[in-house]
Amino acid sequence: MAIVTGNSQRWRVLAAHAFLWILIAITLFPLLAVISISLRPGNFSTGTLIPTEISLEHWKLALGISYQAADGSLVEPPFPVLKWLWNSIKIATISSLLIVAISTTAAYAFARLKFQFKSTILNTMLLLQMFPAVLALVAIYAIFDTIGTYAPWLGIETHAGVILAYLGGVAMHIWTIRGYFETIPVEIEECAKVDGATQWQTFRYVLLPMAVPILMVVFVLAFIGTIVEYPVASVLLREEPNLTLAVGSKYYLLEQRYLWGDFAAAAVLSGLPITMVFLIAQKWIVSGLTAGGVKG
Amino acid sequence: MSSLVIHHGLNKFLAKLRWPITIALAMACLYLVFNIYATGQVAWAMGVLLLLAVGFYVYLSKGALSYRYLFPGLAGMAVFVAFPMLYTAQIGFTNYSSAHLLSEDRVRTYLLEQTTPDEARTMDYTLHADGNEFRIVVTSRPATPAPTPTPAPTSASTSAASSPTIQYASPSLALLSAKPPNKTSMLPLDQASFALNPPLPLIEVLKHRNILMQLQLQLPNQTLLNYTGVSEFGPLNPVWKTSNNDSLVLIESGETYRPNRDTGNFENDKGAAIQPGFKVGVGFANYSRMITDPDFRGPFLSIFIWTVMFSGLTVLFTLALGMPLAVLLNWEALPYRTAYRTLLFLPYAVPAFISILVFKGLFNQNFGEINTILQSLFGIKPAWFADPTLAKIAILTVNVWLGYPYIMILCSGLIKAIPADLYEASSIAGASPLTNFFKITAPLIIKPLAPLLITVFAFNFNNFVVIALLTDGRPDYLNTKLPAGTTDILVSYTYRIAFQDSGQNFGLAAAISTVIFFMVAALSMANLKFAKINAENK
Repeated sequence: MAIVTGNSQRWRVLAAHAFLWILIAITLFPLLAVISISLRPGNFSTGTLIPTEISLEHWKLALGISYQAADGSLVEPPFPVLKWLWNSIKIATISSLLIVAISTTAAYAFARLKFQFKSTILNTMLLLQMFPAVLALVAIYAIFDTIGTYAPWLGIETHAGVILAYLGGVAMHIWTIRGYFETIPVEIEECAKVDGATQWQTFRYVLLPMAVPILMVVFVLAFIGTIVEYPVASVLLREEPNLTLAVGSKYYLLEQRYLWGDFAAAAVLSGLPITMVFLIAQKWIVSGLTAGGVKG
Repeated sequence: MSSLVIHHGLNKFLAKLRWPITIALAMACLYLVFNIYATGQVAWAMGVLLLLAVGFYVYLSKGALSYRYLFPGLAGMAVFVAFPMLYTAQIGFTNYSSAHLLSEDRVRTYLLEQTTPDEARTMDYTLHADGNEFRIVVTSRPATPAPTPTPAPTSASTSAASSPTIQYASPSLALLSAKPPNKTSMLPLDQASFALNPPLPLIEVLKHRNILMQLQLQLPNQTLLNYTGVSEFGPLNPVWKTSNNDSLVLIESGETYRPNRDTGNFENDKGAAIQPGFKVGVGFANYSRMITDPDFRGPFLSIFIWTVMFSGLTVLFTLALGMPLAVLLNWEALPYRTAYRTLLFLPYAVPAFISILVFKGLFNQNFGEINTILQSLFGIKPAWFADPTLAKIAILTVNVWLGYPYIMILCSGLIKAIPADLYEASSIAGASPLTNFFKITAPLIIKPLAPLLITVFAFNFNNFVVIALLTDGRPDYLNTKLPAGTTDILVSYTYRIAFQDSGQNFGLAAAISTVIFFMVAALSMANLKFAKINAENK
């Protein structure tokens, strides 16, 4: 591109670098601080930001190992972090798989089949997903309380209940998959139909294998969405061994029991894998975000 | 293609089983509906029946082939998104709360099950070891007469004071076995044919307390005695009895308590109410409270204003930070742009519940790293979470940190779509970068950005997580009836009313939620309007 560069340009580039460096420093400060705090001995010390003395005590506790304190007493892990992480992963994996299954079939119908009320249903769906679940928490609580009286394994304090509650949030995913299906030419499926495949077989053996990339994107999106979900899980799960990470983590920082160092180790331990997944999936997620943006 | 063949064979096999499985499923479903109906929840039973019927129709009828693909998704959305919204609106018109939790019938049943120990006929008991088993001996108290087959409690005090004590003994009971007895019949001790060991000391007796609490003793006259105290067994009398017109009579005083279906309590003539109350419709009471009750209206208004400020300022600040960043990162003269972008994207990649809690710790007044830095630089130690203004600043800081990468990415995508020749023309005209930004970039992206900014505003309007995890709404307003926080936004306030300290007032919380529903709907309408204008201009 023919843009005139001069002396002022060089200064601008330098200024831009300086500005970005300052901003990155501010942005990364909390993330680096928490790593340093997790390696610093004690829960209260306000020592230097770069730890002078490395201690693995918080990491041991986060991994569920007790350790011998300096005064000889045995320090037990305050919370079952690994159990919470497992709960979170279990709930997120199962609900994401179900969400992918449910939204793929629905997206197929919207993209390929003709039926009554199609646009009405689509519009209602998009309208509904503008209302966050946090507004209906009272009702969700009451619904699961009622379900629990008839099927205790599906009521309050059960992971199955939480998974069931998450299955309502499929509108956005149906929208995404439908968009992808519409980019695949219909002719391939029509060939299969000419060869005598049923509708279900065309869907299962022709369209679905071609849609694997988008299914993976939706799985990752649903996984991240459910693993960080807080409001519904905080209402449905109350007992310590049942909690998910998102609900349990805040108990580290209560006024009366402030475990800053232990929290830091648990936060790095549990935050790192989720962040990695997000960064790996970043390309798809970003394209999904902007694509959704253009569509409005 | 071989899997297709196998699949075909499997299909044939399944086709044979189709009807038996369908019928079995239908029976199971009907059984479930019947169970719900049997507990008196007619509305729930009808709802479940409707849902199941639609499900069966969709999967059995040839006409509904397309809906087979749709049913699970639509049913999920109907049950867990649409229905909760309608149900919330309905709860908003009731007094549903921890004090009015059950239906009127369930409360009546509950009250009728309440019992009180019959003091006049209570007996002392002793426990006697008998090998590995035990015998219980109850002794009537000297001042009271022995129970008669048709006891009249009021006559107890008027009877002879010097009646002899009567003792009854149980057969040998296996209290230590895995399934201890829960009922046994007693015989008069003077007719007993066994020798009684000395009674166990109290400390031994207490070891069997949990088992004894489950035990009922039946006297020869059929009176049932229950464990009523550390050393007592006594008959239990019901507290309430039914009366006509659905009312209940308090047996002790003979007073009648009528169900008041406006307030949801059983009340006597003087208006004294019995707890627990029951769930009734209260019309617009929850809504009128928002407008007319001055104790409630004050904090409610402040919270509403803060909610709007919080979401508005978040949009403003994230835009002020995100848009220039997007411009910089699209500036081709700048090296290392990809690295910068990845680093600046990090706040969006770290799970919010973790970064919010990290900030909570960093902002801590005494142990937080932010105050460590501020103290060494300026010698100040602000109390971030004790002062309302500082708490609001902390919340906005955290929320801008969390939110600017999203705006950055959105703007970046929109800037890429601007034709490059516009900038070429402006550079020929000798325009400065600032002129470029204000005359080309900003005007061109603000229109497609507007609906997205409304979405961001609506999201933050209901950004419960940031408030709940960072401040929990604190510091609280003083002198309010319902606890209300200075940093509470409407949704977190609703959550507190429903699930925290203030008596779980679900009805009021649902009413506020309904109001928020309408606000969100208004925002969505504005959003759609902007999107439509954009679409027409294209």
